[in-house]
Amino acid sequence: MKSHVWRPLYVVIALVVGLLVFRFFYVPHDFGSGKRGFMYSFHRLSNEAEWKEQPAKYGTTGRERMHEYCSACHGAVVKVRSENFHGIIPCEDCHGPAMNHPEAPEKLNIDRSRELCLRCHTNLPYTTSERKRIPGIDPKGHNPGEQCVKCHNPHNPKLEDMK
Amino acid sequence: MDRRDFLKKCVMVVAGASVPLSALTLVDPRKVLAANPDIQWAFLVDTNKCAGCGFCVKACKTENDIPLDANVTRTWVERYVYTKDDRRYVDSPKGALNGFTESRIDLGKGEFKEIDPKNVGKAFFVPKLCNHCTTPPCTQVCPVGATYKTDDGVVLVDRKWCIGCGYCIMACPYAARFFHPVLKVADKCTFCYHRLSKGLQSACVNACPFGARRMGNIHDPNDPITQIIMNERVGVLKDEFGTKPQAFYIGLAQEVR
Amino acid sequence: MVEQIAQHVMEVHGEAWTIKELFTLPNEYIYWSIQIVMYPFMTGLVAGAFVLSSLYHVFGVEKLKEIARFSLVFSFALLPVAMMPLMMHLQQPLRGIHVMMTPHFTSAIAAFGIVFSTYACIVATELWLVYRKHFVQSALELKAKQNPGLVDKFRRLVFTALTLGAWDISHEAIEKDHKACKIMAGIGIPVACFLHGYAGFIFGSVKANALWMTPLMPVIFICSAVVSGVALCILCYVVVQEFRKFLAKRKLARWANDSDAPTVEELEGAKHMEVMLSSNYLLYFMMAALTLEILDLIFRGYTQVKSWDILREVIMERDFVKIFVMQYGIGNVLPFLMMALPGRTVRRTTIATVLVLFGVFMMRYNVVIGGQAFSLSFAGFMDYHLPIIPHSIETFKEGLGGALAVIATPFILFYFINKFLPAFLKEESTH
Repeated sequence: MKSHVWRPLYVVIALVVGLLVFRFFYVPHDFGSGKRGFMYSFHRLSNEAEWKEQPAKYGTTGRERMHEYCSACHGAVVKVRSENFHGIIPCEDCHGPAMNHPEAPEKLNIDRSRELCLRCHTNLPYTTSERKRIPGIDPKGHNPGEQCVKCHNPHNPKLEDMK
Repeated sequence: MDRRDFLKKCVMVVAGASVPLSALTLVDPRKVLAANPDIQWAFLVDTNKCAGCGFCVKACKTENDIPLDANVTRTWVERYVYTKDDRRYVDSPKGALNGFTESRIDLGKGEFKEIDPKNVGKAFFVPKLCNHCTTPPCTQVCPVGATYKTDDGVVLVDRKWCIGCGYCIMACPYAARFFHPVLKVADKCTFCYHRLSKGLQSACVNACPFGARRMGNIHDPNDPITQIIMNERVGVLKDEFGTKPQAFYIGLAQEVR
Repeated sequence: MVEQIAQHVMEVHGEAWTIKELFTLPNEYIYWSIQIVMYPFMTGLVAGAFVLSSLYHVFGVEKLKEIARFSLVFSFALLPVAMMPLMMHLQQPLRGIHVMMTPHFTSAIAAFGIVFSTYACIVATELWLVYRKHFVQSALELKAKQNPGLVDKFRRLVFTALTLGAWDISHEAIEKDHKACKIMAGIGIPVACFLHGYAGFIFGSVKANALWMTPLMPVIFICSAVVSGVALCILCYVVVQEFRKFLAKRKLARWANDSDAPTVEELEGAKHMEVMLSSNYLLYFMMAALTLEILDLIFRGYTQVKSWDILREVIMERDFVKIFVMQYGIGNVLPFLMMALPGRTVRRTTIATVLVLFGVFMMRYNVVIGGQAFSLSFAGFMDYHLPIIPHSIETFKEGLGGALAVIATPFILFYFINKFLPAFLKEESTH
């Protein structure tokens, strides 16, 4: 090892040591593998908690726990709704995410647009899909440009109960 | 994780597995979490129930801060239309963010195809999202360990560690990944991990009026989702890649890829 | 379509240069664009240049002596440039160091940092061994100089540092250098092949991509890497020699007035010999690369698996001109004939090398962009439009500007490296 030709090797070793020292301080110490091993779960372990801590925007108005959140205050409206065709639609689909309502926001931003209704009520000639069970209109022919809620009550959409 | 933590977790897993499972009639993530630490989240899509309203896409984008007008999405709905003269049309305009409010098919490049209603044979909608594969190729190829599968089966991205090389996007056979237009890191469906851990359903499951999307713990034999997956004929997407997807589908057609 | 997209408030990565047709999945874009074409092209040039220089150092092909030294210096200049397209492509370039910090070795990219650094160390060591004598001599010369200026002081400092304190330039010491150099070049060849072979593996191992996934990919990449590297070395060598000839004739350069300066005839003779010999190697590697590529294509066509329908439409129809005319025709067959037909001249070979470089670039392009030209749904297509006039940093980085920056950098670097490691140093000692 006395020969001068080894000198580049010393430089390389110095570089590697420098890099490892830097790495020691740079890499978060909780880097490791979960129970799925190195291939599928090599990660910064604290990231899982970071994801869990993200705030949720929507409450529980979905199909699984129907309108539970809203009925605490708006029980009467929710009841009307639940007995109708539209009872399957979660409140937040039209009323927007509850977030911390009633504190923040105090009032929800309701989507009353025609486009919202057309998501389900555009007539599509698809007899083999769920769409066939929903009454549909031709958006270009049925009062174009008008908001549906002007005539139809979204909480009680029965045509015979129409104003 | 040090050894103490590791041993503690081991004991928890073993103890959890040996606890007799209470009969859960309703999927309530909160109860599931409390009763059984051995969780494996799985998704069930019933394509027969999907009406293509796109509320799931809107809810997902709102819940997870994916800009609504950006042309990328964590979940999307595809429309398949077969004509009687054996032609197939598929589209998913803006990932069905605004649902399917037109009968014409989007052919890309600003072109559309109107199909004669009399010529329509079968037609249906297929919601899609990350399959949270058991052997995810995306996490395998991440060069820095910024994407990973959690112990309860959810594939996540570490937004602080991702370098944005795009290899995971290339490796995903389902095109479930994309670059977040604001954060400039890889992004994908998280099964709404933050909601699950709070005992809530994922935003898309919550938003679906028709019950086409459901979620459950596939390690719990009493879970209704597990029951369906065990007892009914369910399929997965692109099984030829060996990714073992954890999103199961009822009513898949051969052309759905 | 492109104009419409540009007006979007929220442009997602890839949207600016991707045009979608028929059914493509919502998140599908051409995420890997021109910089990822440049990446294997540039690493290919590095690896190829190094292999050419090793032919002399390891296998003792004495006739390649001059071009070998040139290629070694040039491959050193190319080294940082192999990394440049990757850095320009990253969405988070500042986090690029993570590849070295927490390498996830099940990823083909993770090894990049380590293989690349190893290779850089090998090339640097080899250069040090070849140029140590020059460093010592220059340092001593500058030390002896009376009233050194600022530039000379700086140069003295650099040369002194470059010697690494090894001042012994006796005949025995130099002999040791040569021996060590031979060993380093020997280690360097497999590392160079690995560096580039695994660039092929990065693509070949993506199971989601029907066009990329083939075990032949790394081998094809190595062969075409050597082809492009040798071609570039020949081309640059001819250009530089022409320039030197011009200088020698007009006695413009300082060295041209020295008593032992090479004459125009000497330069011409050296050039002819070196070019003829290296172009033979170029031909061998071209044959290998072409055979493998055609084999891959025939195999896909013959087996006709599920993906063939869409691949055929991309290969035979949509990208026909790019693949069969530009890549195989102009980039392979034409230069092959130019070099293989009798009566080959330096000029003809030089033109052929330009075509070869173009052909290899098109091959990279057709693999990287072609692999993303069809949707994972197998029911739609994506068309790539190279951003020429940038309207944002992203369209510059991943556009014509970025690509040209990558191409120009090695030449600029070569100019500066050449100040300390003269590629055309006269060497009197024998091997």
